[in-house]
Amino acid sequence: MPVVGVEEPRATLTPLAALTAREAGLVACRRCTRVWPAGATLCGRCGARLVSRDPRSLSRVWAWWVAGLMAYIPSLVWPMLLTRTLFVTEEATIVGGAIQLWISGSAGVALIVIVASVGIPIAKFLAIAFLALSVSRASRVSASLRMRLYEIVDYIGRWSMIDVFVVAILVSLVQLNVVASINPGPAALAFALSVIFTMLSAQAFDPRLIWDGIEREALRETAPRPSGGRPAA
Amino acid sequence: MDRIVGGVPRDDRRLETLIACPECDALYRSAEIRPGSRALCGRCHTVLISPRRHAGMAIISFALAATVLVMGALWFPFLRIDIRGLSREATLWEVATSFTGGPMLLVSFAVVAAIVLLPLARAALILYTLVPVVFDRPPARHAPAAFRLAEAMRPWSMAEIFALGCAVSLVKIADLATVSLGPAFWMFAALVVVTIAQDRLVCRWSVWKSLERR
Repeated sequence: MPVVGVEEPRATLTPLAALTAREAGLVACRRCTRVWPAGATLCGRCGARLVSRDPRSLSRVWAWWVAGLMAYIPSLVWPMLLTRTLFVTEEATIVGGAIQLWISGSAGVALIVIVASVGIPIAKFLAIAFLALSVSRASRVSASLRMRLYEIVDYIGRWSMIDVFVVAILVSLVQLNVVASINPGPAALAFALSVIFTMLSAQAFDPRLIWDGIEREALRETAPRPSGGRPAA
Repeated sequence: MDRIVGGVPRDDRRLETLIACPECDALYRSAEIRPGSRALCGRCHTVLISPRRHAGMAIISFALAATVLVMGALWFPFLRIDIRGLSREATLWEVATSFTGGPMLLVSFAVVAAIVLLPLARAALILYTLVPVVFDRPPARHAPAAFRLAEAMRPWSMAEIFALGCAVSLVKIADLATVSLGPAFWMFAALVVVTIAQDRLVCRWSVWKSLERR
């Protein structure tokens, strides 16, 4: 039986004999948490579309995932910043820029750039792929661990946009006529698209799928029988 | 399967008293809990109910403050750099629209949406939803759609990420030039605090519950 976790100060909700809305023959609204009889298609309270488990959820996850990856590769290859000083124009890719920072002695900043623009996006692609695969076949990784992973991916996704904002700020500030100017390279567009597509991919994932596999076992182990054996509808 | 279905009221009116975790589908009987406490899903620890005392009025003031701050930040100088006698000043609008030319314009559009339009739109939608409810009037006609839209916009409204972007850029430029922060910069910093405070105050379940009573 799910027991409502408590933080100080305490609050407890009464769990029901049926573990989930679907087991209870209901469909839950993911936007406003209201439940409706199975088969309802629109939430009567908030108007959101209702789907107990969206069978096309995973195909949308993969479609956005592929789109995100296709945008991410050019964002590494194309230049992110075009820096012009007096006579020289330099093109710097994300990785190239980080290497320059490293050579010029700011290893710390270089490391941050590499982690934020290469490490995190790649980890995100791997994590979403793992989550999508883990619900379409049995997974050894516990549901709560996968849920935590999903929450991290969902939370961290939008923070990748920081690269695009940094380019925007540098470009608008460093416009000093002949002395120096910075202009955005095409990688900025590719990177922004890749962030948006991976956010959509993570949003398309229905985390309830993570719990469905273990639902049965959890029920068998812990769910109490409803007293009186009320007949089911 | 049958035994599981038992225990859940069939008729619609009593379904109103249930709450399903939006992340894992676990089902609970909902309750008006004490303001200041939080009820989490026992399975995945998602916050389900988290009422605060006087939250309505506070959220309204924060939404108004956010509107004023975004508007203000657009008109005042944002950042200024000085290198060997040369200087350059940029407003927030110039920063947001610094991608020009062909497809790069899309990036400008995304940045304007993320740091100006969506924060403003969210504040407006939240005011539209909550003002009547907080002042004990019947909810506005399109309140559910408005609040749903405000919720859908939440991940795309990126004021706080932009603020961190400012910090990173300052570190990057600091070696090359003297950077001065304009009034708009501080307005934007305040906007971040207001946005985070507002999001922490909103108990979605309580808002939906209040829209249901008409």
